[in-house]
Amino acid sequence: MTTRCLVSISDYSKEEIIEVLQSASEFEKNPNQRLLEGKVVASLFFEPSTRTRLSFETAINRLGGRIIGFADASSSSVQKGETLKDTIKMVDNYCDLIVMRHPVEGAARYASEVAKHPVINAGDGANQHPSQTMLDLYSIYKTQGSLENLNICMVGDLKYGRTVHSLLQAMSHFHPVFHFVAPKELRMPDEYKIYLDELGIPYYEHTELSEQVMNIADILYMTRVQKERFADLLEYEKVKNVYILKNSMLNGTKDNLRILHPLPRVGEIDVDVDDNPKAYYFEQARNGVFARQAIICKSLGIK
Amino acid sequence: MASKKELQVSAIENGTVIDHIPADKLFDVINVLCIDKIQNNAMTFGTNLKSNQQGKKAIVKIWDKFLEDGEVNKLALVAPEAKINIIKDYEVVEKKLVQVPDNVDGIVKCMNPKCVTNYEYVPTKFTVVNKSPIVLRCRYCEKMTDQQNFVII
Ligand SMILES: [Zn+2]
Repeated sequence: MTTRCLVSISDYSKEEIIEVLQSASEFEKNPNQRLLEGKVVASLFFEPSTRTRLSFETAINRLGGRIIGFADASSSSVQKGETLKDTIKMVDNYCDLIVMRHPVEGAARYASEVAKHPVINAGDGANQHPSQTMLDLYSIYKTQGSLENLNICMVGDLKYGRTVHSLLQAMSHFHPVFHFVAPKELRMPDEYKIYLDELGIPYYEHTELSEQVMNIADILYMTRVQKERFADLLEYEKVKNVYILKNSMLNGTKDNLRILHPLPRVGEIDVDVDDNPKAYYFEQARNGVFARQAIICKSLGIK
Repeated sequence: MASKKELQVSAIENGTVIDHIPADKLFDVINVLCIDKIQNNAMTFGTNLKSNQQGKKAIVKIWDKFLEDGEVNKLALVAPEAKINIIKDYEVVEKKLVQVPDNVDGIVKCMNPKCVTNYEYVPTKFTVVNKSPIVLRCRYCEKMTDQQNFVII
């Protein structure tokens, strides 16, 4: 029985990704399994994220585990100036597993070196959010039947959006073709394009969400285009409406196309898309609980 | 000024001579090699010396200490052009070349201001992802720090 941290999506090999996805689908069939009976899980949210916290805590509860922790740092000793190291050392004495979210990049990796028990990263600043990536992968796997040879179209803020970067890294195991649709200011950074070049994975860059791109996509991964990202607000006004997905745009798309979004959305997906069977973002969020059950069990070497 | 040969190896019987350090990098070299922590070896430092190739150079001589490859390779981050001579019985018995290492622990700051290594006491750890120019990937925040942005700790 080996324990296993999940700090960065690159911590999992291709085989481990598949193993966790298969385990997630078992949990979907049978979500209440008391595999964490007698275990204590620390849920440390140094910055608030209700969505992620509730998903993790639901997963822990469905597995019969107990939870200790805090929902934001203001109610903890961190407020009194305790270092991350000291907080982790203290909590590590009490629990079997640490789930943590922290605004500082690399905080979870550091915690995994300090703690004796495994650490699951529930987001470290703009760096990694691997459980989001696993639920995205699970959503793709479930809706497409496979992760292999898919046309993945990523839309919106591809520069700062950590979810698209991690998804890109994880999907790279499975022979994808990528389409990046973004305004110039928010293009996919060069380091990820170099990464794809080295792996020989094809990608195409677009500035418009055109019919041609939409109609070949298997997955349309939408992200928020945030006003704060623009130095020039005039530029924001120009591009914000270019990336709004409307139901009428889905007419010529493939039957198997599914629309994903990490949520919360702002205005980038019109509400008239919600009733289209190709809209998958609400179920995607639900898949998060199963993916997290699978990640938690893997981290403790259970199953 | 004394002849070149005399300047480089004079008065050191056994030890290491680090030559051809750019004059403005002398203190970085001292830092990186932790020379200031050496207690019992005699040392001399020279700087702003004339060099035919470099304009101004610095030189470090350490008596009775023979730098290991791992130590030599740390110089790749601050003074890749430095030449290391191992001296025994007043003779140069080995010239070591500076090679860029695969991993860098400490030495350089992570350039990402939001990185945990810049928030609390966490020694930096990098993987070298490119050797020329040198690009380092932080083990913690996973961001790159490139040669133009090296800040020596
Ligand atoms: Zn860093």
